[in-house]
Amino acid sequence: MKARVHVTLKRGVLDPQGEAVRHALGALGFAGVEGVRIGKVIELDLDETDAEAARSRVGEMCEKLLANTVIESYSVELA
Amino acid sequence: MKAGVIVFPGSNCDRDLAVALRAVGAEVTMVWHKETALPAGLDLVGVPGGFSFGDYLRCGAIAARAPVMRAVADFAHDGGHVLGVCNGFQVLIEAGLLPGALMRNAGLKFVCARAPLSVGTSDSAYTRGYARSENVVFPIAHHDGNYLADPETLARLEGEDRVAFRYRDNQNGSMNAIAGVLSRNRRVLGLMPHPERAVDPVHGGVDGQRLFAGLAAAAAAGEPQYA
Repeated sequence: MKARVHVTLKRGVLDPQGEAVRHALGALGFAGVEGVRIGKVIELDLDETDAEAARSRVGEMCEKLLANTVIESYSVELA
Repeated sequence: MKAGVIVFPGSNCDRDLAVALRAVGAEVTMVWHKETALPAGLDLVGVPGGFSFGDYLRCGAIAARAPVMRAVADFAHDGGHVLGVCNGFQVLIEAGLLPGALMRNAGLKFVCARAPLSVGTSDSAYTRGYARSENVVFPIAHHDGNYLADPETLARLEGEDRVAFRYRDNQNGSMNAIAGVLSRNRRVLGLMPHPERAVDPVHGGVDGQRLFAGLAAAAAAGEPQYA
């Protein structure tokens, strides 16, 4: 089973990289981009076959390592 | 003073830290990150600067989960002195030994400079050799030193006099210009500037010497007393 983890900065945490990209898009003529947030995608290959077990395991991985929950939030997709 | 300096793959200020500690008379042992215990009888653990584990995932994130860090956390909880410089500060934050987070510099640039700082408090073994509000210069060299904490944490740090150093020229966008913070028991210090790069006249300044001298004096006085 594969899991895809999305890690993004929490709402309200300024994302300097996102701001720089927003400015660059404006400079290229892409008007109307009101916000850009940059995050990470982490793909995990798991030997787990039970979706609920996988979800709980990956959640634990996010809490312990994959996300810094002081500033980041995460979501998990299973496939 | 007996000091242990932790070495991770990618640490590059470990020897500088050892030199600065030996200059104030410390007996220094280098401790590889895979160790599960610290040498006996340490007064100080130093977590050095560098690019541990290539800064992969987040700066300091992987180093903070290295086997030796469990022993460092136990040492800190028992009241030991733990000093984290630059990447070491990032590691201590990721390990949960200090509050807040260190984000990408607000200007997105790696900053490398001799940074004018103001001493935030003289109430710690690290800063007792300085006067509050004294101006000092330590080098900085980092990409992710933009200190961030939620409003309650910031208020607590300020209220408990735990900001050890502040930037006088805030080049990375840190909240309240925070360059270094102390733990609640004032024994754990993390800071982005490099005091170990300001301990010899050939460094261009010796403002960092007193930080190490303060630790040596604390150790000589038998502080902290361990249970």
